[in-house]
Amino acid sequence: MTGASSGIGKATAILCSKMGAAVIITGRNQERLNDTFVLLENPSRGHRQIIADLSTDEGINSLVEQLPKLDGIASNAGICKGTLVQFYSKKLIDEVFSINIIYPMLLIKNIIKKKLMNKPGSIVFTSSAGGVYASAGVSNGVYGATKGAIGGFLKSLALELASKQIRCNSVNPAMVETPLIRDGYISEDQLKEDMKKYPLGRYGNPEDIANAIVFLLSDASSWITGTELKIDGGATL
Amino acid sequence: MNINDFVNKIAEQYNEPDTFAFSPDTHFKEIEEYSSLTALTIIAMVDDEYGIALRGDEIRGCATIEDLFKIVESKAKT
Repeated sequence: MTGASSGIGKATAILCSKMGAAVIITGRNQERLNDTFVLLENPSRGHRQIIADLSTDEGINSLVEQLPKLDGIASNAGICKGTLVQFYSKKLIDEVFSINIIYPMLLIKNIIKKKLMNKPGSIVFTSSAGGVYASAGVSNGVYGATKGAIGGFLKSLALELASKQIRCNSVNPAMVETPLIRDGYISEDQLKEDMKKYPLGRYGNPEDIANAIVFLLSDASSWITGTELKIDGGATL
Repeated sequence: MNINDFVNKIAEQYNEPDTFAFSPDTHFKEIEEYSSLTALTIIAMVDDEYGIALRGDEIRGCATIEDLFKIVESKAKT
């Protein structure tokens, strides 16, 4: 589970542990990763926490070296930075692409190359409804581009890894109550207005997304591959 | 921080012809093309050019370009 220090990653890691998995969590910040680690249930399963900056080659290599064989990967780390198109900079684009898609691709590459996945296996990406529709209005072109990239990547990956019985899917949430949505310039008032567009009357909780990721990691979805699972409270209807 | 520069930078965010004269007294929200997208563009420009974070509610409280300038200037001093 990458990006396990907060939000969706944290909730999913905890749920996986409740469901009996042996969980390996990774993140950049030791303290916050540990906050997740102490909440994992069934410690006898031998959970592990590995600090790694997955936006560097060294971080990816160091993480992969410490990995045992895996039944599932939740590639969930991501950031949401954006601005209007006339203010784009290569620096911004590079940063968001690097964390959201380039290094996740390299992480998967390394894991597959070193044959670290069991048969059957499952890879779940945390994408976004914003990779398919314009998300939260404007200023999210860069973020949306990276999530669209995840969609393209996982479909090819699903075909390539099918013979190894490794399924590849994504969850595509709309707005979820995590630190990420309060990181930018969207004000509380704007969030309240936006929430009204959700037929089910609320934003998602991290647990809503965790439930879906666990479903896709588990054998309950064993005939599902190459799919993007929209989870949006009806917002995109 | 120069008010004339600021007026020009605000003017750049609009699609008005060159004949339209922007000044510190211009009621920027009453210009016909003004929309919530223009507000977002102004916020992004102020961040990009001045490193100041302007909020939607602050823009709502401004009538003229000079009002905007005063807020940006005071935030730059703190």
